[in-house]
Amino acid sequence: MSVSYENSKIVYQGIKDAGITSLSALPETWLGLLLQHADRDPDMRLIQVAKEEEAIGIAAGAYFAGERHILLMQNHGFLAAMNGIVSLALLYGIPLCMLIALRGHWGEPYPWHTRGGIVTEGVLRALNIPFEYARSPNAVGRQIREAYTLSQSALSPIALLLTRDLMEEAL
Amino acid sequence: MLYPELGDKLVVTIMGACAQELYDRGHKENFFYLQHAMGLASSIGLGLALHLPHEKIVVLDGDGSVLMNLGTLATLARYRPRNLVHVIFDNGSLLSTGGFDSHTTSGITDLAAIARGAGVEHVAAVDSVVAFGEAAIEAFARDDLSVIVAKVAAVGPNHYGMDLQLPENAFRFKRWIAGRKP
Repeated sequence: MSVSYENSKIVYQGIKDAGITSLSALPETWLGLLLQHADRDPDMRLIQVAKEEEAIGIAAGAYFAGERHILLMQNHGFLAAMNGIVSLALLYGIPLCMLIALRGHWGEPYPWHTRGGIVTEGVLRALNIPFEYARSPNAVGRQIREAYTLSQSALSPIALLLTRDLMEEAL
Repeated sequence: MLYPELGDKLVVTIMGACAQELYDRGHKENFFYLQHAMGLASSIGLGLALHLPHEKIVVLDGDGSVLMNLGTLATLARYRPRNLVHVIFDNGSLLSTGGFDSHTTSGITDLAAIARGAGVEHVAAVDSVVAFGEAAIEAFARDDLSVIVAKVAAVGPNHYGMDLQLPENAFRFKRWIAGRKP
């Protein structure tokens, strides 16, 4: 399976159309093409982290600075960022707009991704983090814009789960 | 010693003694106390520094917190914000949680060496008040990322508590920054 070139471009355009100017990320396969777009874009500040929890702090700093910032990570990175999400973002009312690659879910061939994929939705529900699945290139731009808007009005983490349907080439 | 220098800078502190001692000297609207989420003070500082290049950012960190997020030193080095001063108070102790030894006790782990190894060019390791003052003056004047590892005694305040709700601190800190925009 390979990552969808077309849909990666559409997702990146959605990020641009939402007025995002700054992005923190830890590269992973499904996000690779997206991050290449960000890396080549002179109007986008891309900050790569060593571990996803750092990005929660960076996003808080960007929010304080008044910058329109989003986070890109794999769902296992979301799990690795947990204490920052709980004890910085939720505790202080810091908005986070998280685009999360949902690995290990429907159709996952790799065993190592599965447990994280299976628990992701349950963890989001436990934390009361609003989330939606992004499955269609036709809707994802609107979903990114709305996720960002809600994060700012609710002062809360929001998750948009990027699914296999969207991120991989159709068979 | 540091306090009079902080009036016009964005200050992010970790929890515990660091936050309490700064607060007790007199809270200012440009102080943000990260009362949990150990390790992320320097990441907040990086997010501030990269997006506010005209401001000077000071992070007041500790050995226990830095040890929870060593990757931050590499990320700081990679993006090298010219306006960030990262002070790490190294008391070799998890003081606020019962005073257990940290990995830096007795010099086992050298945070200044880790910062240098991560790629930070300007790293000062100090163990006296005078040397700390000199390093801080240099770092504040320098137009480059600076890390100061300051060995300190494992003593803290005899009380904890602030008349400041956590989201209130966040709102007011953000508002103060917004008011500074040129």
